[in-house]
Amino acid sequence: MQISSRQLDKTTIFDVSGDIDLANSPAVRKALLREMREIRTPRVVMNLSKVRYIDSSGVASLVEGLKASRDVGSRFILFGLSTSAREVLQLSRLLKIFEVYDNEEQALAG
Amino acid sequence: MKILHPARRSKARERNGDLSRGLLLRLELPSDPSLLCAVRGAVERLTEAFGFSAPDCRAVTRAVDEALTNIIRHSYNGRPDRPIEMFFRSVHRQATPSSEGLEILLCDRGPSINRAQLCMRALEEVKPGGLGLHFIQQSMDVVEYKRAKGTNRLRLVKYVRAAKQDSNS
Repeated sequence: MQISSRQLDKTTIFDVSGDIDLANSPAVRKALLREMREIRTPRVVMNLSKVRYIDSSGVASLVEGLKASRDVGSRFILFGLSTSAREVLQLSRLLKIFEVYDNEEQALAG
Repeated sequence: MKILHPARRSKARERNGDLSRGLLLRLELPSDPSLLCAVRGAVERLTEAFGFSAPDCRAVTRAVDEALTNIIRHSYNGRPDRPIEMFFRSVHRQATPSSEGLEILLCDRGPSINRAQLCMRALEEVKPGGLGLHFIQQSMDVVEYKRAKGTNRLRLVKYVRAAKQDSNS
């Protein structure tokens, strides 16, 4: 898995590629929590269009990111969910609690 | 492929019973999280070849991945060098002979699992963790755990749906 970030005004976009599983979900969690708790970026967006698979530890990292965003009053947005990623969020009944968009344009306009 | 000494082979047979019937694939790996992606790749190909629909291929792959994750995290406390064995077999449902299924047996040598400590959180709660068991239960038709001869054995079975050719997601 690879994770990189881009800055657009008051928004940080994380571009993630590869699978998010037990081996690398701690890196996702760390990046999200740092952005929200330490840098206090008002809007954090995750580009998951190149993520083929997310396991329960990856979902847990996203939930932690969401909770941290609520704690500090920022927004946490996901876009580009693959079929598999959408399935795990549906199975865990978490899809509705995230702000999810189809693509980056919609995510930034939302 | 690993070639076992006859004495070790006999011991393995004693430990695992007769698992050769219907055997499709056997994997032996250390409890290293970096190998999870390789196992997922193998399970994806096997389930496709077995005739599962695309959603069922993803379901089985997810269940196996979550089961391995649980072994690594809870049975071996994150140690990356402990042994895990997996057996993939073709089985038939007795009640309906036409129903073919894929049985997956995951074996580890960690301490016995205290079922009371297995946490499967309520899905209504929005909090991290406790989702792996949900994913396994929701993905498979049979989920059974037993402890035998110092080994934890998780048995998962998924049956191929009647419309076998309906394989699009």
